[in-house]
Amino acid sequence: MNKIIADSTIQVNEEGYLTDFSQWNQAIGTALSTEANIVMTPRHWEVIDYLQAEFKKDIPLSIRKIGKSNVVDIKEFYALFPVAPLKTASKIAGIPKPASCI
Amino acid sequence: MNEFHGEIRKMMIILSKATLDNVYAAFVLANGARMEGIEAEMFFTFFGLEAIHKGKLEHLHIATVGNPAMHIPTLLGGLPGMETLATNMMKKEMERIDMPDVHEFLDILTASGVKLWACKLAMDMFHYKKEDLYEGVDDVITVGDFYKKGEGLGTHMLFI
Repeated sequence: MNKIIADSTIQVNEEGYLTDFSQWNQAIGTALSTEANIVMTPRHWEVIDYLQAEFKKDIPLSIRKIGKSNVVDIKEFYALFPVAPLKTASKIAGIPKPASCI
Repeated sequence: MNEFHGEIRKMMIILSKATLDNVYAAFVLANGARMEGIEAEMFFTFFGLEAIHKGKLEHLHIATVGNPAMHIPTLLGGLPGMETLATNMMKKEMERIDMPDVHEFLDILTASGVKLWACKLAMDMFHYKKEDLYEGVDDVITVGDFYKKGEGLGTHMLFI
């Protein structure tokens, strides 16, 4: 479905995840973070950059992988994105909802 | 189901067994709750204490006897080395699906904000001391304390 956000029209699924990553830009990411009640800082963006880089490499994400990323540890990840961090961060990053259970 | 439209706010997970499959089930459920933005607390009682006992948590096994899902005759399951063999096979599969070992899983749980509580009665029964336990364990508490921590709407309890 179409969604108008940050003066752009993007395609999202019924849960609000972008279905076409090429439509993503930082203004859209910022607007999505506001919807998730998160105020982005440079640390948040470093994590988003990492998630997007893994997505581009087709590497499935999990909390365990985040912990081994050398970008952010699990404790800080939860501090940055307190509610459902992997899902929330993926939504802001414009990548699909992670399918991992761990 | 009117409270938060039935939304789950907190999972209180009681682990009473030390077989590897039960321990992993409890850990995955607790971690999965946190990943969804749900609070999670765990209560380790009876044999479940082995999952947080420093000297034992690396040596948990799956049961080859009395476990019909193993699909091997009970008599064979009881042979020496069978549990080790089955456990090693399971651990190999778990590594393949990116499942951490017990100690690393505990690290992930505590970093994710899961509270870990040890049952006082079972601690006394097994003569365990707080210093025998994994360092991330929050405290040794009574069952009454645990119920108190589960107070509030949207709390669910699970016994494993």
